[in-house]
Amino acid sequence: MANCTAFFGYPITPQNEVTEWFAREFPARGRAFVQAQSEIGSINMVYGAAAAGVRAMTSTSGPGWALMQESMAHLAASEIPCVVMLVQRGGPGMGHVRTGQMDYLSATRGGGNGGYKTIVLAPSSVQESHDLVQLAFHLADTYRNPAVVLTDGLTGQMAEVLEMGTLDFGSVPEKDWALRGRDHQPDGERRVLSTMPGVHRLPPYQSYVNYLKILGDKWAQVARSEVRYESYLLDDAELVIVAYGYASRVSKEAVGLARAAGMKVGLLRPITLWPFPYEAVSHKAADGCRFLVVEDSLGLMIEDVVMGTRDPSIVSLVGALAHHSPHDDGLIMPTAVFAEISRLLVGA
Amino acid sequence: MTLELTWTTPRLWQNKLAGFTHCPGCHHGLISKAVAEAIDDLGLEGQAIEISGVGCSARNFLGFSFDGIFVPHGRALDVGTGIKRALGDDSLVFTMQGDGDCMAIGIEALISSAARAEKITAIMINNGCFGTTGGQMAPTTLMQQRTTTTPHGRDPSAGYPLHGAELVASIKGVAYSARGAVHTPAHYRRTRKYIRTAFEKQKAGAGFTFVEVLSACPTDWHLSPVESLEWIDKTMCVEYPLGEFHNTDEVA
Repeated sequence: MANCTAFFGYPITPQNEVTEWFAREFPARGRAFVQAQSEIGSINMVYGAAAAGVRAMTSTSGPGWALMQESMAHLAASEIPCVVMLVQRGGPGMGHVRTGQMDYLSATRGGGNGGYKTIVLAPSSVQESHDLVQLAFHLADTYRNPAVVLTDGLTGQMAEVLEMGTLDFGSVPEKDWALRGRDHQPDGERRVLSTMPGVHRLPPYQSYVNYLKILGDKWAQVARSEVRYESYLLDDAELVIVAYGYASRVSKEAVGLARAAGMKVGLLRPITLWPFPYEAVSHKAADGCRFLVVEDSLGLMIEDVVMGTRDPSIVSLVGALAHHSPHDDGLIMPTAVFAEISRLLVGA
Repeated sequence: MTLELTWTTPRLWQNKLAGFTHCPGCHHGLISKAVAEAIDDLGLEGQAIEISGVGCSARNFLGFSFDGIFVPHGRALDVGTGIKRALGDDSLVFTMQGDGDCMAIGIEALISSAARAEKITAIMINNGCFGTTGGQMAPTTLMQQRTTTTPHGRDPSAGYPLHGAELVASIKGVAYSARGAVHTPAHYRRTRKYIRTAFEKQKAGAGFTFVEVLSACPTDWHLSPVESLEWIDKTMCVEYPLGEFHNTDEVA
């Protein structure tokens, strides 16, 4: 649907079905599939295919994501667009192999070296996973930047009704920078790409500082133009839940329970985690709202919510400690969220 | 008296962007020249994409007059795999990597791309040390060789020299593996032929192809350029014999 023609992967739970699907389907469709020797291998194969101008992607989970950080930095540095599907599990380290939301900061802050930005999209359903992979390719190509689809083991393994189709996000710039060999360029000129193009004084960068300026301007433009979020019952809300992925589905149920009990609660669901919807948060904070962050971690996205409110005292967390089970099969349940809503609004 | 032109830069080494980046007596320039001439011989400049690893070959992609990319340390063969898989047979994809890039940090990519019979070529420049960073020990450093991280000479606590061409030759999926040198005109011509053969086999889809080239590093060896030639001939070539170690049209 996204016209992705190259997939490179390495087995890791909980997303093995993704790699297996591409192994089965891509060669049969004349597209490229390689099972790499490691996630370092798979991300660098993505790097190569994307440098050659095709839409390329990989999929992984936390420990594999950790191995990819080096090349995420280099892809951003080289302005090479690609998509990484990151199906989060528990952490840190091996953590556990089920579901979690513990890679928020490494995805949104740039887990590799050098202070780069990646576009991060967060689906909360099977339909949205299908849609946001297409949007991720569109945004990656538009801005010549890596994009991450940040999901979780639960959303990633869920079965739901899905309407498949190609979404039209408009046109993207021609990849006239891609390496295809001079024979395959309309102008017959060579192309060069570098992970230090400022130092190499390549056009249009010319110098290191000018290169930084070009990157900084681009990321500022993404931050201005590409913020996406869903508002649910926010208009009269006194308490705003902020959640993404499976935690947002759980939170929506909790909002329903709270509304039935007469409590004015709404949900702000970021669809782009970077750029984060700071303005939406700060507007609600200015309205006098309090905030409850629901995320399956010890509190990572809460940093962005605090930054949006500029007031830590009005932000609370329901995190991984609220799991319904003390073992690795634990999940945040709507009842746990509802209990915290009640405590905050009624004091009960 | 008429002057005869006896030396010129290769047509495909335009070097407009790279500038002059190698130390006096270094062999990297000669090896780039051999590559450029081999591609020119084969008429493949319009399909060629060079991947520069990190090290003294890092700026090669700037010097050639065909496509090139500079990538993270050790990852050139993975990037090459992606490029070749995306572009298919209508491309000539090769890396130029130092021995550190290819066989220290990058050996995972080397062994696995060879085992997958990727239709790409690795050209590994073996100068027995990490040249760019100031002459530290590399996998190829000889026993007793002094480097900045083996200040008393490499001893067994730092391991033993790794033989790239022989290692690669032992892997199923490899169509061609050779080791050359450029310290005499005869060796230069033979090495250029090895590189050309590797490219031909890549284009024929035979399998993974590998050429290791011994290269002088007078700066980090603390030898003069002339002494360096002698050291390659009398010492390096003993540890690293020259020749073709594997040559087949059908792998496995």
